[in-house]
Formats: sequence, C-alpha cells, structure tokens
Amino acid sequence: MAMSGTPLLEPDTAQASRSPFRLPLAWLIAIAVFVMFWLYAKPWFPAAFDYPKAYVIKLAKWISSAMKWLINEASFGLFSFTDLTRFISAVLDVPYTLAASLLSTGFLEGSGSSAIQIVPPLPWVAVIGLVMLLGHWLGGRSLALLAGGCFLFLAVFGQWTSAMITLASILVAAPLGVLFGLLFGVAAWRWRWVERMVMPLLDLMQTIPVFAYLVPVLFLFGFGPTAAVIATLIFATPPMTRIAILALRGVPGEIIDLGHMVGCTERQMTWRVMVPAARESLMVGMNQVIMLSLNMVIIASMIGAGGLGFDVLAALRRLDFGAGLEAGFAIVALAIAMDRLSQAAAEKLSAPSPEAKSSGFLARHPYLVAALGLLIATTALGSVIPGIHTYPEALQLSTGTFWSEVVAWININYFDTLEAIKNAMLINVLIPFKRFLGDLPWFGVTAFLGFAGYRLGGWRLALLTFCLPLFIAVTGQWEKAMITVYLCGISALFASLIGIPIGIFAATRDRVWSWVQVAIDMLQTLPSFVYLMPAVMLFRVGDFTAMIAVVAFAIAPAIRYTALGIRKVDPKLIEASRAMGCTEWQILTRVRLKLALPEILLGLNQTIMFALSMLVITALVGTRDLGQEVYIALTKADTGRGLVAGLSIAAIAIIADRLISAGASRAHHRLGLE
Amino acid sequence: MTTPEAKLVCRNVWKLFGAEAEEFLASHDRHPDPDAIAEAGLVGAVRQVDLDVHEGEIFVIMGLSGSGKSTLVRLMSRLIEPTGGDVLFKGENLLKASQSRMIEIRRHQMGMVFQHFALLPHLTVLDNVAFPLDIQGMDRAAREARAREMIELVGLAGKESAFPRQLSGGQQQRVGIARSLAVEPEIWFLDEPFSALDPLIRREMQDEFMRLQTKLHKTIVFITHDFDEAIRLADRIAIMKDGEIVQAGTPEDIVLTPATPYVAEFTKNVARAKVIRTRSLMTAVAGGEEDGARISARSNIAEAAPLFLDGATHLGVTDDDGRIIGRLDREAVVSLMLQG
Repeated sequence: MAMSGTPLLEPDTAQASRSPFRLPLAWLIAIAVFVMFWLYAKPWFPAAFDYPKAYVIKLAKWISSAMKWLINEASFGLFSFTDLTRFISAVLDVPYTLAASLLSTGFLEGSGSSAIQIVPPLPWVAVIGLVMLLGHWLGGRSLALLAGGCFLFLAVFGQWTSAMITLASILVAAPLGVLFGLLFGVAAWRWRWVERMVMPLLDLMQTIPVFAYLVPVLFLFGFGPTAAVIATLIFATPPMTRIAILALRGVPGEIIDLGHMVGCTERQMTWRVMVPAARESLMVGMNQVIMLSLNMVIIASMIGAGGLGFDVLAALRRLDFGAGLEAGFAIVALAIAMDRLSQAAAEKLSAPSPEAKSSGFLARHPYLVAALGLLIATTALGSVIPGIHTYPEALQLSTGTFWSEVVAWININYFDTLEAIKNAMLINVLIPFKRFLGDLPWFGVTAFLGFAGYRLGGWRLALLTFCLPLFIAVTGQWEKAMITVYLCGISALFASLIGIPIGIFAATRDRVWSWVQVAIDMLQTLPSFVYLMPAVMLFRVGDFTAMIAVVAFAIAPAIRYTALGIRKVDPKLIEASRAMGCTEWQILTRVRLKLALPEILLGLNQTIMFALSMLVITALVGTRDLGQEVYIALTKADTGRGLVAGLSIAAIAIIADRLISAGASRAHHRLGLE
Repeated sequence: MTTPEAKLVCRNVWKLFGAEAEEFLASHDRHPDPDAIAEAGLVGAVRQVDLDVHEGEIFVIMGLSGSGKSTLVRLMSRLIEPTGGDVLFKGENLLKASQSRMIEIRRHQMGMVFQHFALLPHLTVLDNVAFPLDIQGMDRAAREARAREMIELVGLAGKESAFPRQLSGGQQQRVGIARSLAVEPEIWFLDEPFSALDPLIRREMQDEFMRLQTKLHKTIVFITHDFDEAIRLADRIAIMKDGEIVQAGTPEDIVLTPATPYVAEFTKNVARAKVIRTRSLMTAVAGGEEDGARISARSNIAEAAPLFLDGATHLGVTDDDGRIIGRLDREAVVSLMLQG
C-alpha cells in the first residue's frame, strides 16, 4: 500500500511499446554475441559445442543403485523398505479388489484360469440404473439421462468389462487422491515450512512427464492394477493439494477472524471453519482429481492397470485403429459421465438446500431405497434371464472395422499424396530445423537462456534458466534434449498456427464457439494414445507422424486460451472503439488481440506443455528424443535412466513455462490489466 | 483517566507492519515519530492509541478507509498481535494472556459482528447462531434453545432453517448480530456492521441496534466510516486518522469544538440541532416548578424545536427521574438553529 502510484516505465519497455517491431538494444547485442559465438568459436572452445563425455555426471547410475539399495538393503529396523511397499500394495489391494469384483470380475475363488466365480459382478442393468439414480439425485432428469446414456454406450459397443475395470481403479484412486490432497493442502496452509517444502515439489511433479512416474512405481510396486492405482494417486494428488491450498487461502479474512473470535482451537479452526468455508473450491478439486485419475489410469495401463487403457494400448500395438478408436470413445463416454456427475455433486454439496423434513425411512431416503430395490430386482432377474446380467453379445455394435476400412481406403487411394506431403515437410522443414538445433553450442544456448531469464524476470529467473540447461548438459542428455526441443517446438508452432486463428474466429461467434468448445473438450479427454494411431497408419513411424499426433493433441489449449482471451476483453472497450468508428477488423487487430496478448501467451505456454507431455507418448512410434529414453527405461525398469530423462523433460518444460509466464506477466503489467 | 468502570483500556498501543517492528519500537523509546517509521520502511497502521471504553457505553471509532480503525478493533481482541502497548480487559492484560486463556476469554466474554457478515455458508441460520456455543462444546438441545432465543430477539423467527445465501443483506447481518450475542458477551465489537447495506436498510438496522442496546446495555466498540452514523449512535466517539486518534469525546464535544481542521471537515455539515442536547443549552434551574411543556435532558434540540410551535417561550428540561432541572429558552433554540 505504500507503493501506490504509477509504476515507472523501465526505459526498454517504453521503447518497446513505441516501436513494437524493433527489439531493444540489449536483446540485439545478446543475439549477435550468440551468433558470433556459434559461428566462430568452435575451433577454440570445442567443449562448448559438444559436452565432453569425461565430465558427464552419471546421475542415472547413482539413482538406479540407490533404488536397488532401497529394495534390497534399506530397513527401518523393525521392517525393511520392501516390507513397506508390499504393505502399501496390500492395503490398496483390498478396496481395489472389492471394487473390481463388484463391477467387473465377480468374486472369485482360487486364482488364474482355475478361478471359479462364486458371486457374479453387478448386472449391467443395475449399474446403469444406479448411475441414473445418482444422476437424478444430483442433477435431475437430464443428468440421469446423460449419465445413463454414456454407460449404455459402453455396454452397446462391447466395452463394458474393460470400462468397469477402469471405473474400479478410479473409484479407489480418486477418493484417496482427494483425501491426501486435502491433507497436504491443510498442512501446507497451517505450517509455512510444509508449504515451502511442498510448493516446489508440486511444480516439479506437474512438469515431469507421467511416464517418468511409472518407472519408479513399477520398480517399487511391481506390475499390476495396484501399482497403477499408486501411480494414479501420485499423479492426481498434487493438483488437489494445490487447489486445496488456494481454496483455504481464498477463505475471507473475516471468516478466519470469526473463527478466532468464537474461540476455536487450531483443530476446530481447520475442520469446523476453514475446510467447510472453502468447500466450494475444494469440490472443483474433486472434479479435477477424477478427470486426472481417468487420464492417468489410461497411461498406467503400461504398468498393468488393465481396462480401457490396455485395450487402446493393445490396439496400438496391433495397429488396429478401429478397435483403438472404439476403446478411446468409451473412455470419452466414461469421462463425460464422471465429469458431469462430479460437477453436479460439487454444486449440490457446496450449496446445501433445506431438506424437507418428513418422517419415515422411505420418505427420507427415497434414492437409497430405490437403489436397493433395483439391486435386488436385477440380481434376481439376472439369474433367470442372462441378458439382464450380461449385455447380450448379439446386440453389440461395432464400428471398429468401419474406421479401419476408412483408413485403409485412404491409404490405398492417397498413398502417394500423403507420402509426398510427408517428404516435403521432412526435407524442407523438419530436418533443417533439427540440424540447426543440433548444431547450436550447448554453452551458448545455456548462456543465452540465462540472459533471457535475466531480462524477463531478474536474477532469480536467470539463475533458474541457466542452471536447468546446465543440468541437461552435465547429465549427458543434451543431444536428446535438443531433439525433444525440436519436435516440441515445431509441433507447438504448427499447433499455434492452426489453433490461434481458429480461436480468433470462434471467439466472437457464440454459436461456433459452443461447438468448438465441445470439440476441444473431446480432444482433451481422448486418451493421447488414440492420436497416434491414425497418424501411424497414414504416415508410418517417424518424426512427422509424431508431429502430427502432437499437433492434434496440443491444439486444444491454443484454441481455448486465444478464444477466452479475446472473449474476456472488456465489452465497454469494444463499445468505445465502435463508438469511435473502428471497423470490425480494426477492433480485432487494434483492441482485442492487443488486450488478449497475455492470455494468448499463456495459451502458447500450455500448448508447449501439452506438446511435451504428448512427446513422451510418441516414443511409441520411434522418435529418438528424451521420451524414448523414458520409454526404454520403463521397459527395462531402469529407474535412474527414466528419472534423469524425465527430469530433463521437466527442465525444458520449466524453462519454457517460466520464460513465457514472465513475458506474459510483463505484457499484463504493461497493459495495466492487474 | 482510568475510571473505575472502564471495561477495556488501551495504553500506548502500536501496530507497525514490517520487518523487526518490535525491536524498532523498543529502540525508539516506544514513541517513534512518523518520519522515523517511514525511514525504517515500516507502516504505522495504529500509532500510540490510548483510550478507555466504559461499562455500558457505545464507543464509536470513526475513520476513513486506511485510518487503522479495523486494525485497532482487532488489536483490542488480539486478532492481530499488537507491536507494543497494553490492552486491559476488566483489568487483565490481554497481551500477557496465554493462548488457551485467550480462547477462554473470546469464547465467553467477547462477541464480534463483521462488515461482510462472515456467516458460514454451509450452516443454516440456526446452526450459524449456535456455532459459537457448539465450539464451546455445549450440547445440542441447550445451544439450539439459546440460538432460537437470539433469532427471536433479532426478529428472524421462522428463518431458522434457511441458509445464509437465501437471506437479504440486512437479514444476514441480523444473523451475525444474533450469533455474536449468543454467548452473552461482556464486550461487543461491531466492525462496520452496516456499511455493506443499502442506505434504507442501514437506517433500519441502526434503529434495531439502538433498540437492542436499550434492552441489553452491552459495552460496545462500534467501528464506522460514516460520521452521521457515529453521531447518531455514539455515547463517545474517537476519530482516527493515519493510525492515530485525533480527537475523542462525546458527539457534542466533537461537533462544538473540533480539535483539528480534519475533524472540522466532518462536523461542518452536521446540523447542530441534531447533536446538541437540551442539557447543554438550558439554563439550570434549581428545584424549578412546572409550567408548560417539558422535554428530557437527553433529547436533542431538533427534537425540542417542534414543541415551541404553539408559541411557548420556554420548555422545562427534566432529568431521567422526571424532575425539572433547567429551562430551555426559545431564543437560544432559534439562534442555534439559525446557525445550521
């Protein structure tokens, strides 16, 4: 409050705002120095171009041996580390087995192929009925129909068994994720030192590609659904923690004062005042955790989660596009149902309404009674009529062959065209760019990034943007990292080139926007594996294929942020410009785009993050970047290799994120939007 | 200054925001001047406040935003830890009280009403009002009975099972008032309780507040930024500016003899007739006899004026027991009202 008044414009910002096309002098000099260094310094400083092998720190090996030690030797006195991991697995296995038995496999006696089902799983009719009842309770008839429809889709297209396994994993992982996230969030809110420890960890965990999580989990907990649940938990807890911290911070100061004034103890303050008061935002977190869990359960199929994710992965390995797409749509259906249900739950629970007071169990719990009735009726009927218990195969539909045929038809008729496009792109764009990046001296790049950090965010950012590339070089990952940067950069560029115009076009047309929104929501919920398949089938393996898949996945945030940024521009300003006689084009270029710039930059940021996370998955189609390292590490259960490569990807993500955010906040500041 | 009936006393209370504020205060003999504070990079939110709140009075702290009034009321209940000074509540130094003693005091002897109501959104009106009692560990039947009583008192009977968001602003603040009174506090803090309300509702709530006070006789610290509200409600007013109390006294004192030009800014548009009481304008009459109309010594001149309409030259002024203690002359009233 003492610092009020107009902030002084720094000289270079003032200049930049006068002539937007000219870079300030400092940047010009830095670029010139960098180019000179690159072109002429090689004979004198070869070590600055290729990091000397002798000085590579063997971090990967150290981590791997540390993990081996953990597994084989580490002990807490009474029990060993392995005992601990086994214990955790065993504890998590109980609810998972229960949920999976109930929904999908039935309760079994014995194991393996000799297992005999003693109690069958819930009939599909019962599950759909329960989902509809839940939908009706939470959001009325339309929600009941939507949720029921989504589940019916699963049954009709023959995805029921897999979908129920996936659902079981989520039913176990999501509540635990919410619980742990809330506990961490509360701890971080209550004790500053916890927050200081947790926050950087959260930042890191959000940027490390999910595959990298799988490696240590696989190593510690083995292969199987329980390990997948643990990986999902590790993945879904950090966002919940972050949301919990924000939600608790968002509680008005007066409510906190109230808590003190009525004499709350610390515990009462937390659980009676803060958490209930933050309930609304916490519920948003719940929704997030469910969606993230769903996302992760798919990826965790690589370490044995089974279910829909496994179906997609298996289809990918067989290159059976139709089957993969069908399983992918099943995931979307499940995602839509869970998203809408959890949103309705959040609304219902955070805004309680007076309950009608009536006596009698039946009158007070109509939904519970109906659910019980439904269960008993369908189970009884199911034992007589098998069609009620298991969806009859004769009624199943499949579009799988249709999609496969579409792809085959395209391949037969347009093979040459596609090949020509691919080769032209590879020869003229991708390969030159790759060579260019590969040529750059690592030391020059590191120094230049440090300079950029300094100009955009001061010394602390400079330190970060200097040390992270150094880490990549020192651990011997530079070449692979450059391939990652190349693939990610070119994909993000194409995604932005396509996405931003779409966003601009959709932003001012409500009708179009509502459709575009549905489309990008869908793009984001489709599991990332699905994108690979058509790309592989049309273009076979390689960088170009990877790029197509990444662009398809990363285009959503480019569209979304651009459109949101433009839509957020104050309507009064638009009115004012119209009153001054601006044409629509002038309004777009002079007002809307200028004011939406920070948002668009954030969109670019997200596009890069999405591209990076997708890149790891494209390792499946034979790229040679850091993602491949992680993938190889996963197949060999080599924790060190996976983690170091994962951390390097995280480093790239953090550098891009911090630089762009710093740029965006500068733009924000200059426009006086804050 | 400390009179025997002082309930809450502040002695040289300071709140400085910034690094190492306590050391700074100690090293400046506990009375640093504003320049030194600014030089040390600190912000003086509350500076050198001395005041005492008497049993049963409405003590209004008035100041514009940023004057430190809300900080001051939080120092009094130790919601914010003072940088220096003493806060004595019934003779006990709150700043020396332990955490558990503080909880004890707040649970049973203090009540607070907040500007934005601070109602818990997930609880019904009944549960909100019963909340402080619940925190104390009172059993459900007893606390709900007490809460119903309070809801009745503030005129919200029938709304017990509504949720806060279903109520209007005025109703929400009634809930806030009921809640703060549920513990039968000995001191009642109201932090701009009516500022967030529409002018008409605000007026209504002020009347309601006065009605409650004639019934309950609480010791009240009332924060406001509205000078008219202060004049209307206060037994005594303290005016704050930049963290300091610039003048404290009865509404009459302040209107008649503003201590600084800053205070005079507020008082200049106040109709004196609405502030000055008949007691201040009357000529004392020892054991006078009764003739003509009478008026209470507590009434203000604006209330007395209409009684002269029938041509009376003077009124008899009576004390609380109805005895005549003075005479209010027509000329005195006319000349005061002509002054505005």
